[in-house]
Amino acid sequence: MPLSRIASQSHASNLLKPLSTALSLRRSISSDSTTPLTIETSLPFTSHKCDAPPRAVDTSASELFSFFRDMATMRRMEISADSLYKAKLIRGFCHLYDGQEAVAVGMEAAITKKDAIITAYRDHCTFVGRGGTLLEVFGELMGRTCGGSKGKGGSMHLYRKQDSFYGGHGIVGAQIPLGCGLAFAQRYSKEENVTFTMYGDGAANQGQLFEALNMAALWDLPAILVCENNHYGMGTAEWRASKSPAYYKRGDYVPGLKVDGMDVLAVKQACKFAKEHALKNGPLILEMDTYRYHGHSMSDPGSTYRTRDEISGVRQERDPIERVRKLLLAHDIASEKELKDLEKQVRKDVDDAIAKAKESPMPDPSELFTHVYVKGLGAESFGADRKEVRATLP
Amino acid sequence: MSAGQISVPIVFRGPNGAAAGVGAQHSQCYAAWFAACPGLKVLTPYSSEDARGLLKAAIRDPDPVVFLENELLYGESFPVSAEVLDSSFCLPIGKAKIEREGKDVTITAYSKMVGYALKAADILAKEGISAEVINLRSIRPLDRSTINASVRKTNRLVTVEESFPQHGVGAEICTSVVEESFGYLDAPVERIAGADVPMPYAANLERMAVPQVEDIVRAAKRTCHRSVPLAATA
Repeated sequence: MPLSRIASQSHASNLLKPLSTALSLRRSISSDSTTPLTIETSLPFTSHKCDAPPRAVDTSASELFSFFRDMATMRRMEISADSLYKAKLIRGFCHLYDGQEAVAVGMEAAITKKDAIITAYRDHCTFVGRGGTLLEVFGELMGRTCGGSKGKGGSMHLYRKQDSFYGGHGIVGAQIPLGCGLAFAQRYSKEENVTFTMYGDGAANQGQLFEALNMAALWDLPAILVCENNHYGMGTAEWRASKSPAYYKRGDYVPGLKVDGMDVLAVKQACKFAKEHALKNGPLILEMDTYRYHGHSMSDPGSTYRTRDEISGVRQERDPIERVRKLLLAHDIASEKELKDLEKQVRKDVDDAIAKAKESPMPDPSELFTHVYVKGLGAESFGADRKEVRATLP
Repeated sequence: MSAGQISVPIVFRGPNGAAAGVGAQHSQCYAAWFAACPGLKVLTPYSSEDARGLLKAAIRDPDPVVFLENELLYGESFPVSAEVLDSSFCLPIGKAKIEREGKDVTITAYSKMVGYALKAADILAKEGISAEVINLRSIRPLDRSTINASVRKTNRLVTVEESFPQHGVGAEICTSVVEESFGYLDAPVERIAGADVPMPYAANLERMAVPQVEDIVRAAKRTCHRSVPLAATA
């Protein structure tokens, strides 16, 4: 028998209210129970040219527990990357996703590994959600051979084709036409799969988005455009960048849905709805209302264009991991101690992966000339001094 | 296209080329791409004097100018004369600067590579080779006369650039010299450029993908028939 609906609001105080009701109908649900549970999303969905999905989300104790574990792992991974960057073990760019974990985790819960995901450069957690390991992330960030791209790509270039994750792109908005192309391939091959093409509020005004969207709509491609709206494009607030920051409506003739991106259940529900919609009716835009705690990248303190109060306010009221923690406690799926122990284990897993990655060697110099072509045709390639260093591309 | 009715007096400025560890999509030098286009002017400052004088000239110029800076050079300081600090200081577009005079080999470079070429010249001087370093400043229009005059004096040429070698700035300079000063060359023209591969992220591979001072020294020595056998330089 399903548990009584608990209307979770975004404010912490309201979230705590139903705890008393839960206690009175107390029953012990183990964290690996797959008995269905129904929980309401924090906020209703707002829709544009389509019907909104219901707020009641089907989940289970074990799924909620896995959400907590996965998001806690991602959070710990990103924070550790911050320290590694400051210790100069990571070079170049490093764009961190902490605060936005619910989007990556909720999406995975609604789809399969045959559905494709493509995103921009804030991709560490998306990569992990698709099946990438912590070792592959840290190895790649530190430029070692155990990295997901063998150390040759760096933070912005993580890929996992076997699980339909197409990266990992540095140029703002360029992944959107690529994503619509992936959807085109899926439709062309008559697969019943969809592509989630992710971008941020900063990319939302790119012309290529609208060009690709037009084609996707014209040809009914199973493309779901996901705007991860963290309200700042680098240092520019959305109201300074967009005449209309209602990104879910920007598709005009393409339907859209606005989702609380800090609520993993809402994300799951929206993505499930989007997949069904896209397979029948073509493209859809999902706007995930989310937030990043870090600045745009490690070169950005993140506090020159927003107040520390705003950041801590979101952390207190809307943190995705805290929301799930409260649900787990309220439904008696896990105790505070169990969750603290899990977080300790996560810390250890992350530290172990970092230690292992540090031991991994840098790529061999011969790797400079590998992976340039699929079919090199015996062409020659050269190093900086072409008479000293040359190679034949196989 | 409008027979001169409409002109585009705009300047596009920004960082160009590799920074440090920014990977394949953020490291390419586009000097040769832009310089292939008739109608565009392409400038590549190296020092503070270049940056100040060329930018003012670019803004005053009535044609579209692509002003290619370098992220790593933003952090470097250069001594400047009082003349440079004057508010009306301007440099001519299309003229290269001889940063260091020499008589044995001409080394052309632009942007960050000018600094590397100057360091290479110091090392070469210790070995008795006097290198003339030309800071191109202007990729389009290219100062062919300064380059050719220098090669006619030294008889040897090493071109240095950070970008990919094929169809690059060095290739154009080499062709200009072959076309106009072939008889003056005592050795084949040497070309030092970025490695012909997408820029890798790993620090050791990135170092191999970008020209280093020792590459320039080695190439200059080859033109002077003073190269060290390959095995020793491995």
